[in-house]
Amino acid sequence: MTIRSILFGAAAAALLFTAPATAAEAGGHDGRPPRLSWSFAGPFGSYDTAQLQRGFKVFKEVCTACHSANFLYFRNLSQPGGPSFSEAQVKQIASEYQITDGPNDSGDMFQRPGRPSDQWPAPFPNDQAARASNGGALPPDMSVLAKARSYHVGFPGFITDAFIQYQEHGVDYIHAVLTGYSEPAEGVTVQAGLHYNKYFPGNQIAMPKPLSDGQVEYTDGTPQTVDQYSTDVAAFLMWMAEPHLDARKRIGFQVVIFLIVLSGLLYFTKKKIWKNVAH
Amino acid sequence: MEGHSSYQPKSKVAQWFESRLPLVGLIHSSAIAYPVPKNLNYFWTFGAILSFMLVVQIVSGIVLAMHYVAYAPVAFARVEHIMRDVSYGWLMRYIHANGASMFFIAVYIHIFRGLYYGSYKAPREVLWILGVIIYLLMMAAAFMGYVLPWGQMSYWGATVITNLFSAIPVVGEVIVQWLWGGYSVGDPTLNRFFALHYLLPFMIAGVVGLHIWALHHVGQNNPDGIDVKSVSKDTVPFTPYATIKDTFAVVLFIIFFSWFIFYTPNYLGHSDNYIPANPMSTPAHIVPEWYFLPFYAILRSIPDKLGGVLAMFAAIAVLAFLPWLDTSKVRSARYRPLFRIFFWIFAVVAVGLGYLGSQPADGIYVIVSRIFTVYYFAHFLIILPLLGFIEKTKPLPASIADAVLAKGGATVVAGAAAPETK
Repeated sequence: MTIRSILFGAAAAALLFTAPATAAEAGGHDGRPPRLSWSFAGPFGSYDTAQLQRGFKVFKEVCTACHSANFLYFRNLSQPGGPSFSEAQVKQIASEYQITDGPNDSGDMFQRPGRPSDQWPAPFPNDQAARASNGGALPPDMSVLAKARSYHVGFPGFITDAFIQYQEHGVDYIHAVLTGYSEPAEGVTVQAGLHYNKYFPGNQIAMPKPLSDGQVEYTDGTPQTVDQYSTDVAAFLMWMAEPHLDARKRIGFQVVIFLIVLSGLLYFTKKKIWKNVAH
Repeated sequence: MEGHSSYQPKSKVAQWFESRLPLVGLIHSSAIAYPVPKNLNYFWTFGAILSFMLVVQIVSGIVLAMHYVAYAPVAFARVEHIMRDVSYGWLMRYIHANGASMFFIAVYIHIFRGLYYGSYKAPREVLWILGVIIYLLMMAAAFMGYVLPWGQMSYWGATVITNLFSAIPVVGEVIVQWLWGGYSVGDPTLNRFFALHYLLPFMIAGVVGLHIWALHHVGQNNPDGIDVKSVSKDTVPFTPYATIKDTFAVVLFIIFFSWFIFYTPNYLGHSDNYIPANPMSTPAHIVPEWYFLPFYAILRSIPDKLGGVLAMFAAIAVLAFLPWLDTSKVRSARYRPLFRIFFWIFAVVAVGLGYLGSQPADGIYVIVSRIFTVYYFAHFLIILPLLGFIEKTKPLPASIADAVLAKGGATVVAGAAAPETK
């Protein structure tokens, strides 16, 4: 039957042609990051507001000491589909930071409290300063980090991932790295200034273990463990990298339902038109 | 051709206009009255799907161009600006980025359909060659488009591909510097790639116009690969028969497309391209987009740089000579038992080369790439020319109408061309 052949053709094409692109990601890990169950995974996924707020706390108190997030603006924190802080809270958060503005009428730059329209302030004025403070290593900008990291899946996982809609390589990797610090495996010597990490490519990472149990205070009774911090901050980074994910998946469902109904109508119209033609 | 231009304007205004510019008549003859073989299967809807994709890419691309800035220090940030701050910018960008892949999925099905049913044979050689030109232009447009987000893969992909031209003896270096507008890939390269990326789709649209013109002049091939003998018995008018079928197929394709746009928008991309371009740091593996991988595998399988570049371009150029390399008188693989086997071996080899192109170029992968590369060329240069002489083909049906009746059992044919009276 012809319908079947086109569906088969499309599916086969998807399988055969789309697959190899992701097969070539950097390997060299000792183990693959465990796949966590994320609230934003799957066709009906959406961000967990409480988790994003906790993740933001970890991000603000720990990560931003060294990492910039240049595409984040304070105003983003109150937009729909994110941590959903109130506008008053965002104003409060922004005002805790001093922002360089200017020049004023006398030509001088000046400091003022942050506003929601301001960019998230970077911890260092430039990459060189960041390197100088971090033993020569540059802490990457975190704005799209959750989409800029991945891990090697290999055959046949990279094909099935398209069908199960697995798109969480980045967050799983970030969570794994944050929880992957340990004493070096036997026989491994770690260079001075580097740290052993099970999931980092090459296993030697410049970032010292950033999180420890009880480091960030959660007020909602969530366990204050490294694993929980890592999960929450990874989720926050995913939101920062993909702030419109909720809208995307919601609109996607509406679009697909509409198209399925439309294709049904078209199928029966087509059948009726072709009814008296042998073909 | 019978069945064409039956258009007679009724109103005075239409008659006045038609006698000065027969535009409506042209549309009528090519989109309404144009006779379509009855026996086309759904693989023949990919022409409509591709036309649709070209429009999608041009429209979404123009919207993106309104927000994008082709200046190296800000290009990456501008794409993120589109993703974050432009209303539905994320949708436009995911449509455009995944649309490129959908375009190639559709064009590969379209090309393999042509290969299977012998659509390149006389009198459709020019039609086929125009298709090869469209394919080449598509590859150029896609490659330059991938450079525009100015991520790590953009930058290093552009470096690798433009460097291929340095393999040309004597003038290679000069040509590469001329392409770059400097001594490495940089801002001038980005700017000219943006200009060309905006130009190429309109060139594609022009060649698509010629492609459709040629198609409508010689008529469509069909799954039985036999000529239309009687327009009234073998064909149906384009509207409503092909229009409704094409529309249905396009909507199915959009559902498939939507899966990627809304649910796995980054599946077909590479995570490294979310890292801003950095000339000081080379990614662990530089891989092109999936649709270039078979050719990338051929490039790397030749131990000599110039040889690799020549082989890669030859792998595409050989398609243009296909109408003369295939010596068989019979078009469709339905009636060519041996060719059908070799077609599927070739399909596996082509996909296999794609997989090999994504793997590191060492060990067993290189050896298998070499075997597959040799087979790729052997298929066109040895197997197809010989098959025409060796193969014993099956008897062809007398006409499309006969083929249809034999397949479906005799059903009513009367009134086929006038469904509105039913």
